[in-house]
Amino acid sequence: MSIVNLVAQGALLGGYYALLACGLSLMFGVMRIINLAHGDLAVLGAFLVFVISDYFNISPFLALVAVLPIMAAVGWLMQRGMLERSLRSGMLVPLLATFGLSIAVENLLFEAYGADTRSLAPMIGDLAFDSLEVSNQLSISYLAALIFALAVALLGGLSLFLKHTSLGRAIRATAEDADTAELVGVNSRSVYAIAAAIAVATAGLAGTMLAMRATFDPYSGPMQLIFAFEAVVIGGIGSLWGTLLGGIVLGLAQSIGATFDPRWFLLAGHLTFLAILGGRMFNEWARARGGLRSSLGFWR
Amino acid sequence: MSNPTNFVVERWTRASVASGVAVAIIVVVLAITPLIGGANVVDKLTTLFVYVILAAMWNALAGYAGLVSVGQQAFFGIGAYFAIQLSAHGFPAYPSLIGGAVGAALLAIPISLFMLRLRGGEFSIGMWVLAEALHLLVNQDPLIQGETGTSMISLNAFSHAERLAYNYWLALGSMLVLLGAIFVLLRSPFGASVQAIRDDEEAAAALGVKVLATKRTVFILAAFGCALAGVLWLATSVTFQPKTNFGVQWTAYMILMALVGGLGTFEGPILGALLFFVVQDQFGENGVWYMAGLGSVAILFALFMPRGVWGEIEGRFGIRLLPVGYHLRLPDIFARKPDD
Repeated sequence: MSIVNLVAQGALLGGYYALLACGLSLMFGVMRIINLAHGDLAVLGAFLVFVISDYFNISPFLALVAVLPIMAAVGWLMQRGMLERSLRSGMLVPLLATFGLSIAVENLLFEAYGADTRSLAPMIGDLAFDSLEVSNQLSISYLAALIFALAVALLGGLSLFLKHTSLGRAIRATAEDADTAELVGVNSRSVYAIAAAIAVATAGLAGTMLAMRATFDPYSGPMQLIFAFEAVVIGGIGSLWGTLLGGIVLGLAQSIGATFDPRWFLLAGHLTFLAILGGRMFNEWARARGGLRSSLGFWR
Repeated sequence: MSNPTNFVVERWTRASVASGVAVAIIVVVLAITPLIGGANVVDKLTTLFVYVILAAMWNALAGYAGLVSVGQQAFFGIGAYFAIQLSAHGFPAYPSLIGGAVGAALLAIPISLFMLRLRGGEFSIGMWVLAEALHLLVNQDPLIQGETGTSMISLNAFSHAERLAYNYWLALGSMLVLLGAIFVLLRSPFGASVQAIRDDEEAAAALGVKVLATKRTVFILAAFGCALAGVLWLATSVTFQPKTNFGVQWTAYMILMALVGGLGTFEGPILGALLFFVVQDQFGENGVWYMAGLGSVAILFALFMPRGVWGEIEGRFGIRLLPVGYHLRLPDIFARKPDD
């Protein structure tokens, strides 16, 4: 594989990771909750799309239109019924509760649909395999490009929404300081529920894209959570565009690793994540000692 | 007038002295069980001890130090892997097992430098990523043969009955040493510092608690304990399969036992492990529904009974069997009406 193609494929894969990470990042930013069920909710979305388009014999894209509001409702319910009680009791309780939710969701999916590996690829016709031959070295799959475009549109739309609408401003104010936001008339309860609804709907969207570009089964969720988290942390927590960058870095690392040995796909991603964390810590350590140069004693 | 400073700080209660005696008797009975009990009892009790170790270790991390790790399977798996490596290099079986756990504890030192700088949920998933990375690295080792796995052949030097008894004693000994270590640590000033960190890290640091060093001690102890549980599991099953030994389900079990029993209490995780052991024994074969049920139980406990079963008992009846904290018994000044 040529270098140009490698970089292009890695970056396009990064678009999927950014799509996946967007909701995780939003929930963490607004509620300070890391939703350990995020990956399983994405897979739940994929299953819903699969079941609906299979049952009514319609395009998965049409099914997705129906599934997004369902997923939003799931997010809203999750926040109102579960996370709301745990928000004020520190970070331990929400982590435990979402971990329990994750185990419950994946095993219920297994109970309902069995261990079969599924894919939406057979249902989307040519889109599953058609690609644009840019040159004889570089071909770009339409689906991968679509997913990347979706990620950019979602992240862009979300940051415009947060910046320019009154609801967006309410969400940002609540994220900053919920108590003070309450004082100026923001209902933080419903803001949290709306943020959770958006986050889970985007997870469902990402899960559907996973199902179109690859395969999924009831236990695919945890790995998706890890990818999403890696993208968020690599890109810098709290930055939506950083998430896109983080996704691209992760996708590149995995693609480059896999060219050396297919078994290194995942490993290269994990090690890049750990290396970036390590680098960041070293930077902090150096800054606490007056900057990298002075800590190494070169300049002064 | 009663003297307002006339309070009593209790560290042992009468109930706890009695329970101390009871614990001593139980330990003696457990120690001689392989000599008198059947193979089935010995085997099941070994499993129970492994569960108690896992629950107590996760409780030390999350319930006392506030470190919610979703990656403790890293140490459970890597300890077993080190043991396999040692025995492949010619070490006898049981020293290899203990050496494997020590190796995992040593590995936890550099890991702690790294992971303990992450906050809250970042630490949780960071540990998970670490466990995945270690799992994949171990898969690369030709000795392990990828996901196929391998077995610890040196264990076959012992007859089945011998192995059963040795595993049992190793498990019992590990459990007692680890529980003892936690008990002593928590009763020392260390116990107060570590809980201060859990409740408010900045405030604890302001009071002069060495935050990182304290967390690191708990982290390494928990790594060692989880690795011991991992090598014990290897000793009972003989086979090592990366997917099983590095499975996230170990952490799920730990969380569940500690949460149901009572996070942040000494007795709670032991009770939780006992409950889990009974439930696993009764319903474990029902697989998927069973796992879904466990997940739901975790949600319910996290939301409605975050102190767990033992926490509720302790709170309601004031029973402290093995007290690790300080209990302040005040004189009657608060019962008396202020008459001046």
